[in-house]
Amino acid sequence: MDRIPSRPTPLAWVGQFLLYGVFALVIGVFSRWPQYRHLEDNQALIKLSFTHAGKRVAECRQLSADELAKLPPNMRSTMKCERERAPVRVEVDIDGAPAVRHVAEPSGLSKDGASAVYQRLTVAAGEHRIAVRLKDSAGGSGFDYQREQTVKLAPAQILVIDFDAEKGGITLQ
Amino acid sequence: MATGSAPPARETALALWQRGERALDAVSGSALNPMRHLGALGFQCFWLLAVSGVVLYGVLDTSVAGAYRSIAELSRQPWYLGGWLRSLHRYAADAFVVFMLAHLLREWLFGRYRGFRRFSWLTGVPLLLFAFVSAIGGFWLNWDRLGQFSAIATAEWLDALPFFASPLTRNFLAVASVGDRLFSLFVFIHIGMPLLLVFGLWFHIQRLSRAAVFPPRALAVGVTLALLTLALALPVANQGAADLAIAPATVALDWWLLFVHPLMYASSAGALWLLVGATLSLLFALPWLPQPAAPAVARVDPANCNGCRRCFDDCPYAAITMVPHPNGRIARQLAQVNADLCASCGICVGSCPSATPFRSAAELATGIDMPQRPLNTLRLAMESQLAALQGDDRIVVIGCDRGARVTALEGAGVTSLSLICAGMLPPSFVEYALRAGAAGVLVTGCREGGCEFRLGALWTQQRLFGEREPRLRASVPRERIEVTWADAGDEPTLVEALNALRRRVAPVARPAQMGVRHG
Repeated sequence: MDRIPSRPTPLAWVGQFLLYGVFALVIGVFSRWPQYRHLEDNQALIKLSFTHAGKRVAECRQLSADELAKLPPNMRSTMKCERERAPVRVEVDIDGAPAVRHVAEPSGLSKDGASAVYQRLTVAAGEHRIAVRLKDSAGGSGFDYQREQTVKLAPAQILVIDFDAEKGGITLQ
Repeated sequence: MATGSAPPARETALALWQRGERALDAVSGSALNPMRHLGALGFQCFWLLAVSGVVLYGVLDTSVAGAYRSIAELSRQPWYLGGWLRSLHRYAADAFVVFMLAHLLREWLFGRYRGFRRFSWLTGVPLLLFAFVSAIGGFWLNWDRLGQFSAIATAEWLDALPFFASPLTRNFLAVASVGDRLFSLFVFIHIGMPLLLVFGLWFHIQRLSRAAVFPPRALAVGVTLALLTLALALPVANQGAADLAIAPATVALDWWLLFVHPLMYASSAGALWLLVGATLSLLFALPWLPQPAAPAVARVDPANCNGCRRCFDDCPYAAITMVPHPNGRIARQLAQVNADLCASCGICVGSCPSATPFRSAAELATGIDMPQRPLNTLRLAMESQLAALQGDDRIVVIGCDRGARVTALEGAGVTSLSLICAGMLPPSFVEYALRAGAAGVLVTGCREGGCEFRLGALWTQQRLFGEREPRLRASVPRERIEVTWADAGDEPTLVEALNALRRRVAPVARPAQMGVRHG
């Protein structure tokens, strides 16, 4: 009974060298190859993204004396404002063709939070006519905000369509 | 290798895997075969990541403006030391997931996810998540075009969940959107997740005695040198500073770590969530699927247990604890088996000093024994089988159920005994076989690094070579014993070993036989 000698033969040394070489090669190659093409050479990206709270579904109203009487004394506020907000409807046309038709529901269990939208649109680089319409109120059929602009997009350029009430509404940057 | 009633596809895959293992055994020997040390190699890569990561964190400027610049400057260090270190960090991460996934695949193929292994399996699955989250987060810290691509892709994926009031992607709409606070979050993810990983790894190996958190030295050196050479030969390069006004149209993607992004863009964020959720759910559910009944666990006989603690020391799964002996003698202990942890391997039987067939009792009773294959039955079987053989060159082959089939060697002058694990063999059994008339004994079990119960073959080898208690007595003629390790399907190796033993113990070359002496 002898221990099997563990000294590798020259052939085993070569084999191990190759083994570690192949291991390193496979790790190295797939850590960079093949390249991943996210966009074609002549494409640009439009990102439609905003977080905007729609208007309240119902206007605030004055409570009647009877209604106030039914409330506990510490909760007798004369104005009653419903929390629920209107969903925000957004439409984007690119070169006259509809690209986005989306209704963003308000967040929160009581639907009193902001509506959020994020969509990526891949377009060919070059000049485009962008029309954006946004409605954040409950009543009526028209849109509350509109913007139409011609943009020239370089390959891989990102155009962000956002909403900022302080900047007048819909922005393209 | 018996895996119970495994599906045919898994059996086929297992056969292919074992063929690959045997091929690599021929190159590096089973002891240094990387396919047999995948978990330990994963640990090694983790240590490499931790050490290189600490240095990299020291030089990283954790601000939006400074992150890319600080990493780029690292690559301009004299002798390219910084770039070398950074490349090593990346390649160690790649190797880590490769070893981790291969380890998962191997354990599944061998059916090692149920019964007493359920705990290790269930604590291993979340590690996949921690590892990938940490690895992907590491790309963002560099804040080059690849980091930009990965961060936005991850944000788009997370936004598919209905949890966020404001889309995470809004953090990457414009240069001004990305602030230093967001970068602090990146750092927290890349460092916090590895801490969770360490914690998870600690749980993962909790039920293993002598868990292999370092591979054999030669293997560790080989893998480290391979990664260092790779880092020097193919250094990781920056892909240009992130620019949120320009989409990274083409990136040199690290497919080992970032394959989820192309997968999402090829399908959808929802589909990727479904795939990840289904995969993790399936992995978590595996141990609960219908499975063969668990074999009986080791049973302690207080009347024969002297509390020597050898089974406690040798159990690979920490299934034995020592408790006060019920006989009330001061300081006397008794082994106690935790049925939930017991692998039913019988290694404790091989370690028990009372498990010697020389004991004169008509029915051999040991301090600890396996109810499904008690030592007394094995002794009787060996005696009767030996008696049935003819000639002066009778050989007893003792192997295990998981290794090469010892029954394949049975024939003229050869009988065999298969144990649950080679580690179940008390060394005195070998001497007993020789005294009972065997000319030689061939001991076998799974190849080094391939023992189904981790340490069985190692313990038996050490016991037979007198390096571990209970030892084979020095007076036993070693030339009449052959020890060969061979996996299932490796029966030709056994035949070779048997022939070698036969030549040694031929009647002309052998002194007078030993006689059996009970006592």
